[in-house]
Amino acid sequence: MKKINKGLIFFVVLAVVCFTVNSVFTRAGAAGFVKLQGAGASFPAPIYLKWFKTYSSSHRDVQIDYQSVGSGSGIKSVIDKTVDFGASDAAMTKEEMAKVDVGVQLLPLTAGSIVLAYNVSGVTDLKLPRTVYEEIFLGKIKKWNDPLLVKANPGVKLPDAPINVIVRADSSGTTYIFTNHLSAISREFAKSPGVNKMPNWPVGTRSKGNEGVTASIKTTPGSIGYVEYGYARSQKLSMALLENKAGKFVAATTASGQAALDSAKLPADLILFVPDPAGKDAYPIVSYTWLICYKKYTDKNKAAVLQDFLKYSLTEGQKDADALGYIPLPKPVVKQVTAAISNIQ
Amino acid sequence: MIDKNVISQSPTRLQRTADIIFRFICNTSAWLTLLLVVFIIFKIAVTAFPAVKHYGTGFLTGTTWDSQTGEHGILPEIWGTLFTSLLAILAGTIFGVSAAIFLSEGFLGQFIFSILETCKLEIRPLWNKLPERCEDVLKNLIELLAAIPSVVYGLWGLFVVIPLIRPACNWLNMKLGWIPFFSTTLSGPGVLPAVIVLSIMILPTITAISRDALAAVPPKLRMAAYGMGATRWETILAVILPVAARGIVGAVILAFGRALGETMALAMLVGNANRISVSLFSPANTLAALLANNFPEAGPSEVSVLMYAALVLLAITLVVNIIGSLILQKASAGMEGGR
Amino acid sequence: MDIWNPKLKTKPSPEAVLNIFEGVDFSELEKPLLRPRTLMNQLLIALVTVITLAALVPLFSVVVMLLLRGGRNLSLAVFTQLPPSPMEEGGGFGNAILGTLFMVSIGSIISVPIGVLSAVYLAQSRIESRLANAVRFAAKVLTGFPSILAGVFAYGALVLTLGGYSAVAGGVALSILMLPTVILTSEEAIRMVPSKIKEAAIGMGATNTQLIWMVLLPTALPGILTGVMLAIARAAGETAPLLFTALFSNYWLGSAGHIDIMQPTASLAVLIYNFAGMPFENQVNLAWTAALVLVLMVLVTNLIGQFFSSRQIRQ
Repeated sequence: MKKINKGLIFFVVLAVVCFTVNSVFTRAGAAGFVKLQGAGASFPAPIYLKWFKTYSSSHRDVQIDYQSVGSGSGIKSVIDKTVDFGASDAAMTKEEMAKVDVGVQLLPLTAGSIVLAYNVSGVTDLKLPRTVYEEIFLGKIKKWNDPLLVKANPGVKLPDAPINVIVRADSSGTTYIFTNHLSAISREFAKSPGVNKMPNWPVGTRSKGNEGVTASIKTTPGSIGYVEYGYARSQKLSMALLENKAGKFVAATTASGQAALDSAKLPADLILFVPDPAGKDAYPIVSYTWLICYKKYTDKNKAAVLQDFLKYSLTEGQKDADALGYIPLPKPVVKQVTAAISNIQ
Repeated sequence: MIDKNVISQSPTRLQRTADIIFRFICNTSAWLTLLLVVFIIFKIAVTAFPAVKHYGTGFLTGTTWDSQTGEHGILPEIWGTLFTSLLAILAGTIFGVSAAIFLSEGFLGQFIFSILETCKLEIRPLWNKLPERCEDVLKNLIELLAAIPSVVYGLWGLFVVIPLIRPACNWLNMKLGWIPFFSTTLSGPGVLPAVIVLSIMILPTITAISRDALAAVPPKLRMAAYGMGATRWETILAVILPVAARGIVGAVILAFGRALGETMALAMLVGNANRISVSLFSPANTLAALLANNFPEAGPSEVSVLMYAALVLLAITLVVNIIGSLILQKASAGMEGGR
Repeated sequence: MDIWNPKLKTKPSPEAVLNIFEGVDFSELEKPLLRPRTLMNQLLIALVTVITLAALVPLFSVVVMLLLRGGRNLSLAVFTQLPPSPMEEGGGFGNAILGTLFMVSIGSIISVPIGVLSAVYLAQSRIESRLANAVRFAAKVLTGFPSILAGVFAYGALVLTLGGYSAVAGGVALSILMLPTVILTSEEAIRMVPSKIKEAAIGMGATNTQLIWMVLLPTALPGILTGVMLAIARAAGETAPLLFTALFSNYWLGSAGHIDIMQPTASLAVLIYNFAGMPFENQVNLAWTAALVLVLMVLVTNLIGQFFSSRQIRQ
């Protein structure tokens, strides 16, 4: 019994220590302290987290928190009103928006590109024409030394090896963007599998998350897969040059990304997909990603802080985009989005 | 310490009331557990109902999962769940029970003791606790395996296990590809890496609980067997294991449940392909991994379908447990005279 | 002849050992290796040893990987700082450590009492008792419960009703996963208490409660503790249930100087899950360090538990 008493005392002491440590480090401040909670897509999570952290450190009475749970869960949280704002790569459908009684305002704060990364030893420059990469993902082109590939890459030694296609195992916004593009350039792909967050891929091994696909590409010889630009860059994977609508082979860079976004004008509700951009230097696979805010907040402080943060993200925040692998928003887009901020009250 | 005076006096009024209250609390706890499980199953069933109405039993035999066309079938997942879990239990039981026997018989301690003996250190005060301490360290090391997060196991599988076994597996596929188990190549995630990692994840459960079961066998039984001239191993096989069987089977069933429900690590390692194949190297999919991969992005109608899959998983766990109980009944009926 | 036996806690004095066999001829007792039974004995011992060592190889592999990748960043800073944003230098996961401690504690406070008391009920029940069989069956069904479903269920039950993510919801989701292990292991542990001890206590006049509190539970404590420790280890490492209940937080738990468990809470498991999937080196490295810290925390909890559990000598 004595030992159990000692045990109880130990745990009480431990609890007290934990409480004290936490209190010491927690930000003090009573009135005016505003906390915002968001959840949603993982595609923009790195840049959002950077923005929130920087903003919160420079505004001592504000704490903005964000967790990437996936676009679908983000939208669900917005509908269930368990968060103050959400985020989604696939925007929101009209039915989903109708479920929120106070209305939602979608704001594109950043954009990103998706690359086709590959792992073929000895091959550093790979050009993929439209018809070719569409057929690779349909399972029609099965080998690296297929005549169509050889024709597009003169002088490059392509091995006689099977193409190991790597796709996503989980439902994702990245997949949605990629299938949107493939469906736009290929009628056959549009029929089946079609545009989907989790399509029925006819070919390929599946890995979980962008990081899973990256790891698989890195460790599987002869593989190719689609990942966000930031992942391929950070893991130094070779990225293919893709043929855009104008017929030029383009690499994913900030410039080519912006050229793609420039090619289409955002409508009034700020929801626009660019599955096949027309510009000469445009990179073919890009997409906006949206922050989802309510149109009316019961706590006016939250609305005010949110508006201030949004202005920050559209001005100072855009400077972080390049370093983290995102595309800074073109100036006309920034203007349009800034105007829409006033819809949030 | 048991206070003999307190027990041998006849209970006071206070103690009798305390007794009644305590029995009531235990009764309530048991009811709470039961109600919790019933409530959980009820909630899942309610969410799953639209999907059940829509798909019926075709859900269980369908093989495609296509959100575009609305065609959903989980037969590959059912197969994958059973295949990976059974293989993992096989490996986990062999390794886990061996480790439990190793621990409970004190082989490590004896080995260290014999080393100390040759150095003539066994009587010295500083050293004579060493065998026991080593046993404790080993026991804690194995239980430590349980603490490693699923995600870390997934990463370990991706970065260490798969590259390690890929050459051997592809060699097996080349030379012995006619055997159904080796009939495909290992391109990455698949059944074998998943089974390897899964068996390591359930090992501590089997070992820790089996060790306790083995250690609880009355020393008298062991001494009696030795006294009759049985060797170490004859005692273990003929006397100790049967007596501890109930605890060991309980451990295996608990581990099976864990294997069936393992989500994160398998989502990263099993390959998530809607394919049914006996090959150890082919990718597959499990019900839990299906849930993990689809749930975050699921819309309301898809949630219903996923809950249907969850119900099927619970049903499988139910069936497994029924089979386990039957095995246990047969086992204990066979050795009634043992105690 | 083995002088040292783990079952006996006493050791004979050296002189007694040396004197006792004076003059006895041992040759008859020694078994030659080539007799089949002895050979089988040694073979099986060797086999079991090899298999156990084989089981330890992956353990060492994982631990070495943890140490190598996680040990790099281990410093005091990780315990006191908040998670860094991408490409930011430094940072730590102090809030995640606290969050895990809180939520595993909440999970234990819910699951351990209910679990052990239910186990007491089950162990003391008659074989035909329908309630006992139903409860045992329910606990077994719960063993196969996928961790993500525990989170989904807690989301529906707590997050929606309370209007937000919270540490409490996370703790409840964890307790659902811990409960079956605690119940089933504890029931076995209590049942394994030798019936002679039970009968002796009843014979001396113990009430049911006295029997349970003073005899059964203390004797079964090591076994119950094994179950609780396994449950805690699992709960500390689970990600899926926390994703939809406690979410995550990049800040300390609470605000304005007081603890708030009704808010999204950081946890080591979710931190590892998030950061391991990031394309930024600083965050991936921190994920490994967090995994190492998590395993060490569970080890320490294990050791503390063993220290406080009284190992009863069977009388």
